[in-house]
Amino acid sequence: MTTTQILADRRAHIHEKGTAPFNIACEKQSVAGSVSQRACVFCGSRVVLYPIADALHVIHGPIGCAAYTWDIRGAWSSGPQLHRMSFSTDLQEKDVVFGGEKKLYQALVELIEHYRPKAAFIYSTCIVGLIGDDVEAICRRVSAETGVETIPVHSEGFKGSKKDGYTAACNALDQLVGTGDTTGISPLSINILGDFNIAGETWVIKDYYKKMGVDVVATITGDGRVDDIRRCHGAALNVVQCSGSMTQLAMKMKQEYGIPIIRVSYFGIEDMSKALYDVAEYLNDKTVMKNTQNLVRDEVSNLVPQLRKYKHDLQGKRAAVYTGGAFKALSMIRSLRTLGMKTVIAGSQTGNKQDYKRLQELSDEGTVILDDTNPLELAKFLEEKKADLLIGGVKERPIAYKLGLGFCDHNHERKIGLAGFEGMLNFAKEVHGTVTSPVWKLASLRDRLVDRHRLLDGDRSRNGNRFVEGGNAS
Amino acid sequence: MIASLPVSQHFTATRNACKLCTPLGACLAFSGIEGALPFLHGSQGCSTYIRRYMISHFREPMDIASSNFGEHTAIFGGGKNIRIGLANVIEGYNPTMIGIATTCLSETIGDDVKMFLHEFRKDHEGEALPHLVHVATPSYTGTHATGYHDAVRAIVDVLAKPGPTIKGLVNVIPGMLSPADLRWLKQVVADFGLDPILLPDYSDRLDGGTWSEYKKLPPGGTTIDQAARMGQAQATLEFGFTTKQSTSAGTLLEKKFGIPCHRLGVPIGVGDTDALFDKLQQISGRPIPESYTAKRERLVDSYIDAHKYVIGKRVVVFGEEDLVVGMTAMMGEVGLKPVLCSSGGKSGKMADCIHAAAPEIAEHCEIREGVDFEEIADHARELKPDLLVGNSKGYKLARELNVPLIRVGFPIHDRIGGARILHVGYDGAQARFDSIANSLLEIRQQDSDVGFTYF
Ligand code: SF4
Ligand code: SF4
Repeated sequence: MTTTQILADRRAHIHEKGTAPFNIACEKQSVAGSVSQRACVFCGSRVVLYPIADALHVIHGPIGCAAYTWDIRGAWSSGPQLHRMSFSTDLQEKDVVFGGEKKLYQALVELIEHYRPKAAFIYSTCIVGLIGDDVEAICRRVSAETGVETIPVHSEGFKGSKKDGYTAACNALDQLVGTGDTTGISPLSINILGDFNIAGETWVIKDYYKKMGVDVVATITGDGRVDDIRRCHGAALNVVQCSGSMTQLAMKMKQEYGIPIIRVSYFGIEDMSKALYDVAEYLNDKTVMKNTQNLVRDEVSNLVPQLRKYKHDLQGKRAAVYTGGAFKALSMIRSLRTLGMKTVIAGSQTGNKQDYKRLQELSDEGTVILDDTNPLELAKFLEEKKADLLIGGVKERPIAYKLGLGFCDHNHERKIGLAGFEGMLNFAKEVHGTVTSPVWKLASLRDRLVDRHRLLDGDRSRNGNRFVEGGNAS
Repeated sequence: MIASLPVSQHFTATRNACKLCTPLGACLAFSGIEGALPFLHGSQGCSTYIRRYMISHFREPMDIASSNFGEHTAIFGGGKNIRIGLANVIEGYNPTMIGIATTCLSETIGDDVKMFLHEFRKDHEGEALPHLVHVATPSYTGTHATGYHDAVRAIVDVLAKPGPTIKGLVNVIPGMLSPADLRWLKQVVADFGLDPILLPDYSDRLDGGTWSEYKKLPPGGTTIDQAARMGQAQATLEFGFTTKQSTSAGTLLEKKFGIPCHRLGVPIGVGDTDALFDKLQQISGRPIPESYTAKRERLVDSYIDAHKYVIGKRVVVFGEEDLVVGMTAMMGEVGLKPVLCSSGGKSGKMADCIHAAAPEIAEHCEIREGVDFEEIADHARELKPDLLVGNSKGYKLARELNVPLIRVGFPIHDRIGGARILHVGYDGAQARFDSIANSLLEIRQQDSDVGFTYF
C-alpha cells in the first residue's frame, strides 16, 4: 500500500468517526500545494447561473476560464441552447495593460444584437479584479443602450472560494427576481431551487409536482428562463435543494416577499419521498396530499422490487463519497444503505460545520470524513478502508480506476439522471454495473501473474534446472 | 429598442474558442518528465479546470498543484504562497522535478518567480531539492501550443548538461502529439540503431496501465538523467514549423551545446514521414528497416485502393497549427480537398507551412489563423464540407452539418482512446486514412436508397 503522510495543514480537515471529539476544520482556503479538487469563485457562479438557457453568459477575462467551461455541464434545456455557447472577451496583452472595458462593451453590444438574449450575465475572472475594469458601469451602459438587462457577476477566482461564487450568483439572480408580473400564479405553487437539470433531472421532479397538482413557477436554474425567474416571487413556497448554492437567494426572497423555505434532496427513496410530502404538507391541501400519497406509493412499490437484485449483489460492499456540497453526501449515504452498501469515506469540497456534523452523525463508526481533500489523501483512505466504489466527479475517476475499484459519476457531467425514483433505479444500475464488472478481475490478474512468476522463479532457483532434466528424462 | 439594431457579422468576443490557455500546454509538457509534478502559480481554479480538461481526454490521474492565491496574495504578491506550496508538494509527492508555470494572475501582478525560487533554494540549502523549472505562461500572449513549447524549452534550459558527444544519441522534440505518437517515434528512432531521448515523453504517464497500488507520481517519462544527457546528443530532431524557431528547445540545444538541430514537418502522411526516414538514414548511416518500407508500400497501396472514394471530398480541418498542417498534407496526398484550414493559434506561419507542405491544395483552400469555432462554423456553412477533421470540440458543427468528424489531436472528450490516436508515421496515416475513407463510404451507404453491400 502507498504510504502517504497527511500534510500538517490538512490534518484538521480530516476526521475519523469514533477516534476523537468531532471538530472538523472547513470553509477555509485550500492549502497551497495540496492539489485541492476545488475550482474557484468563478466556477461557483458559473455552475449556478449556467443552466439559464435564454441568457447570454459572457466571461470577461483571458480565454482559459471560458474555454474550460464550454458546454461543460449536462444542464439540459427544453428550448433555447444559448447557455451552451462559450463567450469570452479573450483578453490580450494590450487589454491587460490598457484595460478591457472597451473590448467588453463592444463584445456585449455585438453579442446582444446577434443573439437577442433575455438577459446577459457578465462574469469577471481573476484578471479583471486586478486591472480594475468598471464592469458594473459597462453593464449599466449596455443595459440602457440595448434594453437587455446586463448583470455583472463578481466572480474573480481568487476572491474567496466556490461558495463565494454561489453568493455572487445569488446576487445576480436577485436582480431579476421581483421584476415580472405575478398575476395568475396559483396559491398551490412553488419554485424549484438548486436543481440544475443535469441529465433532465429537473423535468423528472417537475413532473412529480405536476402530478401532485402543484404548479412550478420557476426552476432555478435547471432548464431556467429569465422571465420565469422575474416572476418567481409570486410562488407560495421555495423548495431548495443544493442548499449551499441557493439558500442565500431563498433567504433574500423570504425577507423581501415572505416566501417560506423548505430544504429537500431528490436523491434516494427516503429523501425524494420526504421532499414531496413536505411540499404537500406545507401547502396543506387535501387533494394535493392525496395525490402525493398515491404518487409516492405507486413509485415506491414499483421501484423497490426492481432494486432487490442489485441489492443482493451489492450487500456489504464499501463505498466512498466525495461531492461538491456536503448536503448531497447525506443523501448518498442513505441511498447506498438502500442498496445494502456501507459508506466508509464521505467528504465534500465546500461543506460547512453543520453539514459535516450531520454527516458524521449519519455515518458508521470508523467512517472517514474529509473536507477539501486531494488525490493523495483520497487514494490513501480508499486503500486503507478497502472501498469497492467511489462516487465523485471526473477528477476523482482515475483515482478509483487506478486502484481497481468502481466509480459512479454524481457530478455535473453525468449523462444519466440520478434524481427522483427513476433516478434511484439508475443509480442502482450504475453502481451495480461498475462494482460487479468483470474488468476488475483482469486488473488483479496481472498482479497474480506477477506473483506466479515470482513463485516460479523461486521454484527454479530452489530446484536448479529441474525443468531441463525433466525434459531430458521424458 | 433592440429590434432596430443591425445584426452583427463581426464579433469582438471569442465564441467557442479553438484554443486553450498557455498553462495547459506547459502542464502537458511537464507531465512528460519522470517523477515530475506541474505546479501553477496563481489561483486554484486554473489548476482544477486544466486538470479536469486533461483527465477527460487522457483518462489518467493528472495532479497539478496550485499556489492558491487569495485576496491577500493578489495584493501582496505570491512569494509566501509559492514557498508553502512547493514545500507541501515536496512533502506530499517527493517529485524529481516541479514544473512551475505562471497564470495570468501572477503574471499580471508581476510576481518575480525567478527570485522566489532563488529564495526558496536558499532557504533549503543543503537539502536535496527537486529540480525547479519555471516558465512564464501568461495566457494572454499565446495559446496552449505556445505554453507547451516554452515549457519544453525551459526544461531543456535547466536540465540539459554539457559533455562529450555520445554517438547515436538523438534528441527528439516531438511537439504536442499523442502518447501513441510518442511511442511510435521512440520505436522508429531505436529501429535505426539510435538511442532516442524524447522530451517530453508522457507516453506512459498519460496512457498507462493498471496499478496494484496507488502511485503518487505515475511511472514513466523522460528521466532527469536522460534530460541531462540531451546536451551530449549527436543530433536533435524537432518537429513542426509553425512554432517560433528562435526560441525552440532544439535551437537552444544548438546554441548552448552545438548540437545540430534538424527541423522537420510533423511526420503525418507519406511525404513528411519519408523526410523523417531520410533524415534518420542520414544520421545513423543505416538503411531504412524493411518492415517500414513494407508499411509504406501497404499504405500507398491502400491510398490507391480507396482514392476514388475520397477524391475531391471537401474537408474542414481545425486544431493546433502543426497538426492542421500535417493532416492537410496527408489529405492532399490522396486527393481529399481541404477547403478550410483553421486554428485558434496565431503564429502567422500556418499559410506558408501549408503552401510548402501541400502546394497543390493550398491554392483552393482558405487558411485562417486566430479563429474560433463559430467563425469556422460560419465559413463551413458556406463551404459545405463532406468531412471535418479535428478535435472533439468540432462535434457541435459536425452535428449541425450532418457530416462525420474524424477525431484527431486534443482534446477528445466524447470518445475513449484519445491518448491512443496515432497520427504520425506510415501507421498513423494508415489508421487515419482508413477511418476517413470508411466514414465516407458509410455515408454513401446510408444515403443510398438501395443500401448496397459492396464498394
Ligand atoms: S486565468 Fe489565465 S491561466 Fe487561468 S484559466 Fe484563465 S486563461 Fe488560463
Ligand atoms: S483565472 Fe481565476 S476565475 Fe479563471 S479559472 Fe482561474 S481562478 Fe478561476
